[in-house]
Amino acid sequence: MFPTPIERRSAALQRMYKTALPFAMILWLLPLIAVALTSIRSAGDITAGNYWGWPTSFNLIQNYSDIFTNTPLGSYMWNSVRVTIPTVIGTLALSCMSGFALAVYKFKGNMLVFFMFVAGNFVPFQILMVPVRDLTLQMGLYNSVTGLALFHIAFQTGFCTLFMRNFIRSLPVELIEAARVEGVKEWRIFWFIILPLMRPAIAALAVLVFTFIWNDYFWATVLTQGAESQPVTAGLYSLNGQWVAAWHLVSAGSIVAALPPVAIFFLLQKHFIAGLTLGAVK
Amino acid sequence: MSASRASRFNQRSLAPVLFLAPAILFFLFYVIFPIFQSIQISLYDWDGLGPKTFVGMDNYVELMDDEAFYTSLKNNVIWLVLYMLAIPAGLFIALFLNQTVFGMRLYKSLFFFPFVISQVVVGLVFTWFYDPSYGLLNVILGWFGMGPIAILGDETWVTYGIIFAGLWPQTAYCMILYITGLNAVDPEQIEAGRLDNAKGWNMLWYIILPQLKPATFIAIVVTVIGALRSFDLVSIMTAGGPWGSSRVLAYYMYEKAFSEYGFRMGYGAAIAVVLLLIMMIYITFFLMKMYRDERGQ
Repeated sequence: MFPTPIERRSAALQRMYKTALPFAMILWLLPLIAVALTSIRSAGDITAGNYWGWPTSFNLIQNYSDIFTNTPLGSYMWNSVRVTIPTVIGTLALSCMSGFALAVYKFKGNMLVFFMFVAGNFVPFQILMVPVRDLTLQMGLYNSVTGLALFHIAFQTGFCTLFMRNFIRSLPVELIEAARVEGVKEWRIFWFIILPLMRPAIAALAVLVFTFIWNDYFWATVLTQGAESQPVTAGLYSLNGQWVAAWHLVSAGSIVAALPPVAIFFLLQKHFIAGLTLGAVK
Repeated sequence: MSASRASRFNQRSLAPVLFLAPAILFFLFYVIFPIFQSIQISLYDWDGLGPKTFVGMDNYVELMDDEAFYTSLKNNVIWLVLYMLAIPAGLFIALFLNQTVFGMRLYKSLFFFPFVISQVVVGLVFTWFYDPSYGLLNVILGWFGMGPIAILGDETWVTYGIIFAGLWPQTAYCMILYITGLNAVDPEQIEAGRLDNAKGWNMLWYIILPQLKPATFIAIVVTVIGALRSFDLVSIMTAGGPWGSSRVLAYYMYEKAFSEYGFRMGYGAAIAVVLLLIMMIYITFFLMKMYRDERGQ
């Protein structure tokens, strides 16, 4: 292991390391800790400039219920769910199939199609912005969660196809060969042999896509407006405009918006990191 | 027998088409065609609703004389250069955390935390952190008798302030790449290095880093793309201000095409084309490496 395991170092150094760890972590998360603390302060504290002293009262329940009752935050959150969940399902369905096709079949243009997915995945969003907004308008889906989800499905399919294809490639080919000799139909090979083996890849991509889409802000502002269809990222931004200097509410809103991906990350950490670090190890 | 063989052959050639069709259709209509449509729109004068007027290269000519375009371009370069700091910073934290003391898993997750939350939240958190009257930064500066300084209201500091906010999640991302990479470093080589008396820097430089190459490659790719995609933070923290000094190409394009500054789709598209050209350098580089790797297999 590198660096040298701390157990092999002197006792003094070990003690130093163990004290440095929590300090480093607090420093690293300081902005977030500050936000969490602010989200339970009273409006009085905020106007009095008491940001860092002891709170005069703890308004945890009041602040958090305030943002749900006095603002459309609840509806923003629900919109995020309505965009994110269908996108995850749609993207996985498309990319399982495309990844399978690109990994298993040799045909002319295989590499070309594969590179199209990879390259498209890297283009700046702005080059797509005007035509995608236009297309969405023409389909009558502007300002709807469907319009937003459809675009997300298409765009995420690029990255997910890359991931799925490489994953299937690492599976033993003999399985497929053997099934073919037995006369198993192609779609049955996909459904009964490959798909069950893809579970870890599906899990990894599901959490990753969930986080990406939940946190998307750009497309939310391009394709939606108003509380009936805007997801929470864009919603939080418009609320921030309304809550001028009401930092206790901004903080509470930020925490609520951040909660779902954070929860998913902590619950499914192994899959999340497996997805993110694809290719980081040879 | 021959009939069934023919049907199997048909199935084998038809299957990839059917499996690929939905993904390709989606991708073509939402990603590939729009790229070319944008290039085409950049040759027109268009407000997004009315008729388009062909203007040839006029949008690009105008771009050459546009002060705001150069500011954005310059800021993009600053973003690209400074964002790269996330890579050594991520490596540093990964090395710091690559131990097996009690509770390490939790520490690693907490350090990774900033990457999981939305950039909107990161932007709001840092806007508040920089707040000239109450922000934590100025409270700390106050302890040393300095400040207050309004980072986001100052033309010289604003871009650096936003990049610093962006480095927070980006460093977390690079860290996790390196933590995974470090787990896979060959322990025998480390022991061999130790026998040869390689220590500290030498060990890191000659033995560890070469083995971390795949992690470094991915870290560079995602950091470059992250830097060029910088839109969220600029939009949330300053909306390009003060006086347009923190604009980047991605944001300037949006401003030109969609905001109260006028719905100039053609001009916006021209900015996007420039951004795409910059990105193409990296895309080509990435694809070429991938192609070599595929060939090597």
